[in-house]
Amino acid sequence: MAYRSYILVCGGTGCESSHADKIYQNLKNEIEANKLSEQVQVIKTGCFGFCEQGPIVKILPENTFYVQVKPEDAKELVDEHIIKGRPVERLIYSASDDKNRKSVIAEEKDISFYQKQYRIVLRNCGMIDPEVIEEYIARDGYAALEKVLFDMKPEQVIDELKKAGIRGRGGAGFPTWMKWNFTKGATNSETKYVVCNADEGDPGAYMDRSTLEGDPHSVLEAMTIAGYTVGAQKGFIYIRAEYPLAISRLKIAIQQAKDMGLLGDNILGTDFSFDIEIRLGAGAFVCGEETALLASIEGKRGMPIPRPPFPATHGLWKKPTVINNVETYANIPMIILKGGDWFASIGTETSKGTKVFALTGKIKNSGLIEVPMGITLREIIYDIGGGIPNGRKFKAAQSGGPSGGVITEEFLDTPIDYENLAKLGSIMGSGGLIVMDEDDCMLDIAKFYLDFTVDESCGKCAPCRIGGKQLYGLLDKISQGNGELDDINKMEDISLAMQRASLCGLGQTAPNPVASTLRYFKDEYLEHITDKKCSAGVCKDLLQFNILKDKCVGCTVCARKCPVNAISGERKQPHEIDQNACIKCGECYEACKFQAITRG
Amino acid sequence: MAKLTLEELRKLRDNKKHEIQKRETDNKEIDVIVGMGTCGIAAGAKDALDAFIAEIDKHNLTNVRIKQTGCMGFCTYEPTVEVKVPDMPDTIYNNVSVDVAKLIVGNHLVRKQLVSEHVFDRPSVDIIENK
Ligand SMILES: Cc1cc2nc3c(=O)[nH]c(=O)nc-3n(C[C@H](O)[C@H](O)[C@H](O)COP(=O)(O)O)c2cc1C
Ligand code: SF4
Ligand code: SF4
Ligand code: FES
Repeated sequence: MAYRSYILVCGGTGCESSHADKIYQNLKNEIEANKLSEQVQVIKTGCFGFCEQGPIVKILPENTFYVQVKPEDAKELVDEHIIKGRPVERLIYSASDDKNRKSVIAEEKDISFYQKQYRIVLRNCGMIDPEVIEEYIARDGYAALEKVLFDMKPEQVIDELKKAGIRGRGGAGFPTWMKWNFTKGATNSETKYVVCNADEGDPGAYMDRSTLEGDPHSVLEAMTIAGYTVGAQKGFIYIRAEYPLAISRLKIAIQQAKDMGLLGDNILGTDFSFDIEIRLGAGAFVCGEETALLASIEGKRGMPIPRPPFPATHGLWKKPTVINNVETYANIPMIILKGGDWFASIGTETSKGTKVFALTGKIKNSGLIEVPMGITLREIIYDIGGGIPNGRKFKAAQSGGPSGGVITEEFLDTPIDYENLAKLGSIMGSGGLIVMDEDDCMLDIAKFYLDFTVDESCGKCAPCRIGGKQLYGLLDKISQGNGELDDINKMEDISLAMQRASLCGLGQTAPNPVASTLRYFKDEYLEHITDKKCSAGVCKDLLQFNILKDKCVGCTVCARKCPVNAISGERKQPHEIDQNACIKCGECYEACKFQAITRG
Repeated sequence: MAKLTLEELRKLRDNKKHEIQKRETDNKEIDVIVGMGTCGIAAGAKDALDAFIAEIDKHNLTNVRIKQTGCMGFCTYEPTVEVKVPDMPDTIYNNVSVDVAKLIVGNHLVRKQLVSEHVFDRPSVDIIENK
């Protein structure tokens, strides 16, 4: 059957939470009511990445990109766009802020957000219905598995990965071919395993979730290829239970692949058999660490164990185990199909291919982006992200989550790859990218991450358990205005001890946000310590609001706004703030139209 | 569903590929734009549209986008259809019936020949722009 038009409705978590499902249902009903079901297909896809502007609806062949659609817009979309052929202008992404400065931008390719992106991992997200295996197959799905099973020896697969130069996307950036090769060569056991790490614990990150929601088969296919390559027959996907949509799509995908003989016994009639099971994690950050994750799959408490031996030879139940991140896997079918050389042609000398980032924080277009390695932060923030909202000034961006660090303005033009980020004192990490502006206090940012890692530390080893707490305590002390100059030295000492002596990556990297902010924003720390000031206006204990007598006209607005009645004064007379009663909420500061209130 | 053999998987992919390629908009260079204003629909534009979809499918043309537009302003000549093929002049056809639609696909799109009897003289461009 041939369709004339396609209506793609985003079914990612972001859009689903703003009623994308209802939009999908309403559109389907409208199409049916107009007897257009034979001509127009309504499809629910994965995340388009432009979640900021969601829910997203895209209509083909015109390629019209509708944003912020509501369920009640379905009728107008069908009546106007589908039946009369007139785009519904009011729902088209209006680009008054977009650098392309057209009044309305109808097509995806004209939106700055998409122009610098390059999609390998997200190639099918927003393109296919992730719950229909045929759609994946039609986009060359399972063609890589076919090629591997019928035309390639395991060594050749490894060669291809080596040529591609792909490195792990889960954090550390270890060359994938080496891992696979270790496990393939392991002779300590016949039984081997393939594991997918979908724990995704970084605050603010949702790359893996979106990939699994939008294109689950790409990960299944890659894991099966890994199984064939290393000689494993069983795979596990470890995913956090907080990802219900991704889990349900994975379950559907696994069932469909089994039904078609693309998973299970004798895949495609060969004598290779491979099965995949889902294991749910409870969402502890430390369970993303590979040894803790494997322990958790085994049914033990998710605590790291010292390496070596590495999982590649002594992993799940001490058997050789390949463990890779979701995004690493999602690249693999394309590498097999298009060749390692093709993949290696994208990116920088040491970092090949693309990287998916979840762009959040003080940025106009937050969302999920996939960019070639080597792109600069400036391009990501200003060209794709549309810059900083409300005319504020960029201060720094945090990559690598709680294990990473900040990248500052002077490095906006550094090409992003594993090595360069490490040189700057951050890491690539799994792809969380949080943008901060002048209203963010760097000490507070470090405190936020330390709070997170202290909370998530499993407590097994002392440097992490005690060091983290001490570090947090010092940050807290400084933020309250009780800091001393020597605290900085103390923090440096504790950081060093944690980095050197912690058992796993969590403790080893937990001081990074402190080290990194100290490196680039020492002034800000000193300001807190010696001047007892927080110029970003974040650390409440250091804040004081005052009314300038000569500027105050006595309009009484602030007094009425103040939630604790800390402001007093007669009409048309200068007002005053009772510092003992003030809770530093800043309501008065925002409310005064005469710039009579100072913050400092 | 029964388990697939290699051949069956390939066949399934080939069948579905054709369908899913229609969703891609990048490498489509031919536009067929059907006027679907009230007058066009009354004159049978919907049948013409269906005929285009079926014919294009039959000829396995994957580089065609079928679009619709509102009334083109030539109400007495409806259904009108504009065809844009690279390296050929943009052409408007009038009174496009199901049969004419088939001719347009077979001649204009496939053999790159205009279906002269049904070409509607296009008003010169500046008239349209000054309108
Ligand atoms: C505390 C901690 C948390 C981690 N969380 C994740 C995670 O959520 N997802 C992930 O893929 N890797 C995570 N890792 C990295 C894994 O240990 C491991 O390196 C990765 O799964 C290997 O896959 P890759 O080579 O494809 O990157 C974490 C590491 C540490 C130390
Ligand atoms: S470093 Fe922290 S999380 Fe890792 S083992 Fe030690 S206590 Fe547990
Ligand atoms: S809002 Fe400003 S001008 Fe008005 S009373 Fe308060 S301080 Fe004075
Ligand atoms: S969830 Fe819809 S665009 Fe991301």
